[in-house]
Amino acid sequence: MAGMPSAHSSGDSRAPGTERDGGTWVVIPLFNESSVIAGVIEGLLEVVEHVVCVDDGSTDGSAEIAEAAGARVVRHPYNLGQGAALQTGIGYAREQPGAEFIVTFDADGQHRVVDALAMVALAREEDAAIVFGSRFLDDRTRPGLLKKAVLKTAVWVTNLTTGLTLTDAHNGLRVIRIDAARAVNLKQDRMAHATEIVLQLGRTGLPYREFPVEVLYTEYSRAKGQSLLNSINILVDLVIN
Amino acid sequence: MWFQILLVLVLVGTAVYLVRSTPNAKHLAIRRLVVFLGLAAGVVVVLAPGLLTRMANAVGIGRGADLLFYVAIVAGLVYVVNEYKRSVQLSRANTQLARELALAEARLQDRIAELERKEPS
Repeated sequence: MAGMPSAHSSGDSRAPGTERDGGTWVVIPLFNESSVIAGVIEGLLEVVEHVVCVDDGSTDGSAEIAEAAGARVVRHPYNLGQGAALQTGIGYAREQPGAEFIVTFDADGQHRVVDALAMVALAREEDAAIVFGSRFLDDRTRPGLLKKAVLKTAVWVTNLTTGLTLTDAHNGLRVIRIDAARAVNLKQDRMAHATEIVLQLGRTGLPYREFPVEVLYTEYSRAKGQSLLNSINILVDLVIN
Repeated sequence: MWFQILLVLVLVGTAVYLVRSTPNAKHLAIRRLVVFLGLAAGVVVVLAPGLLTRMANAVGIGRGADLLFYVAIVAGLVYVVNEYKRSVQLSRANTQLARELALAEARLQDRIAELERKEPS
């Protein structure tokens, strides 16, 4: 599987000296992030060959910018939600020839490319099917006190319902091996998908790891971040089938 | 007194229904049956208004109008729950449809790009 020529390579020819990872597909749900998405994609394309952006009905030209930056853009006809976009991206990536790993990555630039790379390396080394990024394995990431409390509650609920023992929930950075990705079928279109995906991956019984990542809380991502009240929506979405 | 217990049980039952069950043909049949029974009961109490009050007294409620009010509230609640569940189902179907459309378009684009690479015209 590894090293197979890819179906399409976005037609760019950057980074001559360095070898880019051809078996890893980065999936980015994209909705109105025109000011940051190009930088995120360019950073990723320096180290991986395939970046798929699922444009979830952006109205600010994000899709065109992503395409120009070298990403493969799959377009939703209208806005469906981040969970829906993630599922579309995973569905697209897992049917690509030569795909070994799918990396889920946020569009707003809060994740670090080095973390994603290290997680793929960990999955390869330790033969893990799933690597979850966690911002609570070390103390680099500093969310606010209230945000931390909400996130920790989310972790508790997730562990309770999924039977896994994770230290972080709702972290958008994950590495999913292709066999595990086939088990993912997200029905939660909105934010509750973050718990649902852990549940579905946990049910596969495949080996998983956690990896300490740093989440960059910039002014931008803070402004865009989840409101705390939205966690109530997430709970309700999860409880009502 | 025991109508209060019944009312609480019905409300709890509605909550369980909201969280648990998934719609199927059996539920649809039950819903339709309930609608017809409700209509029939409506005709009966319109023709014999005293009956409603006697029924209310039998379950410990003073007036027939109060019984009607309680039953109407429960019926309204069940309707809202049903409609909510239906809208969730519809939006899931809608998402799947939109996703298939997006993926079909992407596959087509990929195929075209592949063919164009093979024989550049």
